This record gives sequence, C-alpha cells and structure tokens, in this order.
Amino acid sequence: MANREYTVPQLFKHIETPKIEPNSMQLPGPFKAKSNHQQTLGFPSELIDNWQQNAIDAMGQAVNQSRGLRVFLDSCVKCGACTDKCHYYLGSADPKNMPVARQDLFRNVYRKYHTPAGRFLSKLGLDWLIGGQEMNRSVLDDWYNYYHQCSECRRCTVYCPYGIDTSEITMAARNIMSQIGVGQKYSTEVISKVYQVGNNLGLPEAALQNTLEGLEEDIEEETGIFVKLPLDQVGADILLVAPSADFFAEPHVDGLIGYAKVLHESGISWTFSSKASEAANFGLFIGNEDSMRKIALRIREAAIDLGVKRIIFGECGHAWRVAYNYLETLAGPFDFLDKNHPMPQHICEFTHDLIQRNQLTLDPSRNNDKTVTFHDSCNVARASNMGGISGGQFSIPRDIIKAVCNRYVDMAKDTIHGATFCCGGGGGLLTDDLMEVRVKGALPRMTALNNVVEEQGVTHMAAICAICKSQFSKILPVYGMDMDMIVSLHQLVGTAIILTGQKKTIHQKIENQHRLL
Amino acid sequence: MNIFFAIAFYFAAAVMTLGLGHKVFQYWSTPAPFRIPITPAPSTLPGVVLRMMAEVFLFKSLFKANKWIWILGWVFHASLVLVLLQHIVYFQKQPAIWIYQLQPYSQLAAYPLIICLSGLLLRRFLVDRIRYISSPSDFIMLFFLIAIALSGLLMMLFWQPNVFAVQQYFTGLLRLTLNPLPNHLLLYLHLLLVVFLLLIFPFSKLLHAPGIFFSPTLNQADNARQKPHRPSKTRFDNNG
Repeated sequence: MANREYTVPQLFKHIETPKIEPNSMQLPGPFKAKSNHQQTLGFPSELIDNWQQNAIDAMGQAVNQSRGLRVFLDSCVKCGACTDKCHYYLGSADPKNMPVARQDLFRNVYRKYHTPAGRFLSKLGLDWLIGGQEMNRSVLDDWYNYYHQCSECRRCTVYCPYGIDTSEITMAARNIMSQIGVGQKYSTEVISKVYQVGNNLGLPEAALQNTLEGLEEDIEEETGIFVKLPLDQVGADILLVAPSADFFAEPHVDGLIGYAKVLHESGISWTFSSKASEAANFGLFIGNEDSMRKIALRIREAAIDLGVKRIIFGECGHAWRVAYNYLETLAGPFDFLDKNHPMPQHICEFTHDLIQRNQLTLDPSRNNDKTVTFHDSCNVARASNMGGISGGQFSIPRDIIKAVCNRYVDMAKDTIHGATFCCGGGGGLLTDDLMEVRVKGALPRMTALNNVVEEQGVTHMAAICAICKSQFSKILPVYGMDMDMIVSLHQLVGTAIILTGQKKTIHQKIENQHRLL
Repeated sequence: MNIFFAIAFYFAAAVMTLGLGHKVFQYWSTPAPFRIPITPAPSTLPGVVLRMMAEVFLFKSLFKANKWIWILGWVFHASLVLVLLQHIVYFQKQPAIWIYQLQPYSQLAAYPLIICLSGLLLRRFLVDRIRYISSPSDFIMLFFLIAIALSGLLMMLFWQPNVFAVQQYFTGLLRLTLNPLPNHLLLYLHLLLVVFLLLIFPFSKLLHAPGIFFSPTLNQADNARQKPHRPSKTRFDNNG
C-alpha cells in the first residue's frame, strides 16, 4: 500500500473547476487499523463474517438515531451546487470527491435497503432507476477510500440549499466500517493512545513535565522572566487544555509559549492536566459517540480533580468544535465551574479580552519582519463561534493579529471566513499514508496563499489549529513555499508581548548583539 | 374515466397525506444527538426563523453557490407557486377574487416554468459534473414536470376543455359526489401525470420540501454555551 507516483497540481492564478476524471483517486485508502487498536475501541479486530448484512443493519440504526442523517439522505435533489466546492475534488478531479457523489456512495445503499421506493423497486429489479446500490465488496472499498478523502470540513454544507452536511454522512460511514471491523489505522491508534496514556501522541506524564520545564527555561532565557508552566496544580483557576502537538511540534510549541505568556500576564492561576493533556477528540472523526464521550469525560474528570473554576482550550480546530458544541452534551453538566465565565472558553477569546482591557503590554513592531495572513480553520469557521458575537470566530483572531502585527492581509474573499478551504489534512487524514490526498486537497488554499504572497508580499500564515499547522509545515514545501511560513497565532502574540518586569526589548537585544560584534 | 380518476385522486391524496405525514412525524421524532448548526448561525429563535425563510423563499445558499442553478431553480419554483395558486379555482365553487386578479400572471408563469425546467434538464445533460451525479429518476422527474406543465399550457392555449365541468368534477370530489369529467385526452394525460407525481411525492427526492425545515444545520441556533444541548434526559448521566 505504498504511496503511488503522482504529480503535484500546478498553482494557477484562480482556483479552477476541473473536468471530471473518473477513478483518478481510486486508491486502496489509508492503512487499516491494527486488531489491538480496534479492540481497545470496542470494535471487531477484522472484517466480520456476514459484514454486508451487519453494515446494512448498522446503517438503519444510524439513520434512526440521527435526524440530520435521515433528512440529508432523503432531501438531496442532485442540483449540483456542491459539485465544485470540495477541495479534494478541485485538487483531484475525481468525481467521487464531489460532495453529492461522496454522499451517494452511502445514499444509494440506503435507498435500496431502507426506503419504501428502494425495497419496492428492488423486487421488480428496477432499483437502478433511483440509483439503488447493493452492499458489496466494491462499495466497501469505495467507502473506505473515498470516506477517507473527506476532511469533514463542511464547506459543501454552506452552499447546499438544504444544508446537507457531508461530514455527518462521512462520520456515519466510518462508524459503520469500524463496527464491521474495518477501522482506519491513524485515528484508532490515536484514540487508543488517548485511552492508555492521555493524549494523541502518547506523551507520558514525566515527559510532559520535562517538556514544560524545558520551555520554562527557554522563556526565561529569552525574556529574563520566569514564567511557570504548571502541570496538575490543584486549586488553579483555569484548566488549559491544548492539543498535545503544542507540547513539542513546530510551529505549535511557539504558540504554547504564547499562551503561557498571556496567562502569566493575566495574573490568573492556571494549569495543564496530565489526565487531559489533549484537546483533540478523534472520536468525532470516526463518528463514534462512545469514543467521543469517553475522550470528553477525561476533561470533566481532570477539571473536577484539579478543582478548577474555568476551562480554556488551546489552538485546535475540531477540539474547539467539540468543546463548544458537544462537550456539555457528552460530559455535562459543568455546573461545578464558575458561571461568570463562558464554558468552555477559547484561548483567543481570553487573549482578545485582555487586549481589549489593555492588560497586555504589546509591541507589534517586534513582528515587523512579517506580513501575516490568517487561515480560517474549517471547524472553527463553520462549526463554532467565539465571543458570542456573529462571526466572532473570524473577527477575534484577526483583531488579535492586528494588535500584535503591523502588517496584516486577508486572502481572497471566497477562500476565507465561512467559505474557507480546509488545509487538506483535517478529519483524520493527517497521516503519511494519505499524502497524495493531502497534497491535492491543499491546492485551493495554496492557490489563495500564493496569490497574496506574490501580490501583497505575505511572508507568514497564522492558524489556530494543530492539524492545520502540521499539514501546512509538510505541504508548503511541496508547493515550493517555505515550511516556516506557517505560524501559531499565539506565537505572534508571544513575540509581541512584553512581560511585566521584562527590561530588554528585542531592539535592545539586537543593539547589544551589534555592540558585541 | 369519471370513476377511474375519482379513485385515482382519492388514492393519491391518501398516499400523499399519509406518506408525507409519516415522513414529517419520522423527522420530528428522530433524535438530533448533537448541536451542528453551520456557522455563522443566528443565536436566537427569531434569527433561525429568518435564516430558514431566506433559504425557503430566496434559496440564499444556492445563490451563493451557483447563479445558474439559482436562477433556474428559483424561477421554476416561483412560477410553480403561481401556477398552483391558479388551480385553486378547480377546488372552490366560488373562488376568491384575488385568484382571478392573479390569473394573467399565473398564465404567463407557465412559460418561465417550462423554460426553467428545460434549462435544468439541459444542465443535467451538458455539465459533466451534474450528468455524473444524475440517476435515471432525476431525468424522469424533470420529464414528468415538463410534461405536466406542457399539457397544461397546451390546454390553456389551444385545446381548452370545459373548465366549468372540470371545476364541477373536483368540487364534487371534495363533497364525495361524482360529476362528469369532460372527455378530453390532454386533460386525462395531465391528470394522470399529476396523480403519479402525488403518489411518488413521499418516496422521492421531493421530500426536500418538508426536509429543509428539519435540517439541523439550518434550523439549530448557535447558542450551545448558553443553552447546552441535551437531547434526552436519560441518555447521558454523568452525575450518577
């Protein structure tokens, strides 16, 4: 299942809608889950006997348990509005990556077995009239392949006249596949690590402690100020839940330093938790409610154990979606927290509020080496909010960037805010065995970025999602751009902030260096 | 033919009402496990109602998506509404005055109705992406609608049946009495197609009509932090 040879799409001035090239992305799909990981999640370890009937039954159950799924499957009129909206279609031209065609892989089976029309026409042998499809091996292969070429970003939903959400269908299909024993390696492995160690990367508590101490030293070296990065501190006011990549991956960790500086300046006590050392919830990606709840409950337990008053989430797109829209449902009620603060809160809301109240000393000139643009992460843009104001998820991060940087530029209008393009690696696709899918799916975002680089001299793109950051550091060089272009939003904040008591500005530091030379 | 169409219409009306009622009940009673509005979304109920109205009456999302599909789709639906309103005259002994005032417009609406349906059909043939996603039923549905509209238009222009008799027939059906239906081939064809359309309504993609109101991405408010989403009391019990 090695990656095949493929050509990296060429960047043009505009995002072109390609002519369809059937089966151009017909691949084996990502690596299959190992049996021990499947079992950890409570799924069969391999494809079960009689999987066809089990899949059909599971489909019936899924539809009975989700109004959305039922309405979405019934309502599509095949108008075609979504056909040119998916970044994977735009980058690959495979028609099964058009949202409606992706849905139809599921819908056609649903129609045959679970609708009166499908059952009636099947008896007459006429189900092909309505696109009815038997559940068989080639359908399963298509499901596995094409439901792992969807990042659940919901861009298609924005343009659908009925709000049909392909991600709900992708999640349902992935969950059914898991239940018949065909899980995806990357996501099930990550969830297993969360169950066993507490975070996606499998960082144990000691390593975490070590990393935080190292970061404390780094900050002190840079600023001369000791900033504590507390772990498991009982009685702290704030529990900060960050994606585990923030603890060591680049450029994530610079963002984490930014959070620490902001929280330090706020004067409010805070802590990380070794039990909830992960903001991400991959249960969403595989569409499995039990996993989602189990992962969400760690955060609740950590908050109770540490006796915190508030929970704040770090920069992670789908984690914020789950926190904002699902956490209370999965793990609530959080009535033991301080009701005077939003539950949960985003680190950007927290920082924005401090900036508004003039509680941070900022020197935006420290970011004068950069012209920054902002990538709206799909789950933040289309599945959550910030600040309780309409569109706050767009304005708050931009307001922060403008407060800490002097040069800010937006990318093209049809590629930002609610129309933003996914980075190409979301929804459980951030794995090397899907590199071709990730490269092609990044095409629209890379096009928009390349345009502002060439026309407006943009040097950096900020993001507030761990997956976006990892994806872009890998993909930018593929498209001939520098991997260091992608930065954490709070990295920009961390650079501009002058800590209380901090004497030297960067300029003085540079002057000192010059004098020494 | 009198009796045949009487039975057909009673049957079709029953299937349509019960089928649609069942579907609406099903949508209503199926749980919505999570909050999934597509954001930015309104945070209040009046806001949600406004958003839904913009979708139902203006096809707002479709407008953002594709101007061709929007203009064809919107004009088709608007014309259909005008034409259908005109058909109220066949079900009321003394139709309201506004229906007559609307008549010139409704008669004109037949043309955009047919033109837009043909445009949508043409797109299905000509645009490779839309051809790829079309099932035979998607073409058949458009053929049906065009045939209904065309037979109606031809009757109006060239071969008018006794409209008064048709009115007598349907107002009679509403009162469970059988009046003679004019002997008129085009009328028979028109009515037969309509019966068929009513029959398949609850089993086909025409379900988009009730479906849109139940679409959680559009009908949920974005206020999860103020009003946590708890679909059922017993489902999760984290305090127990």
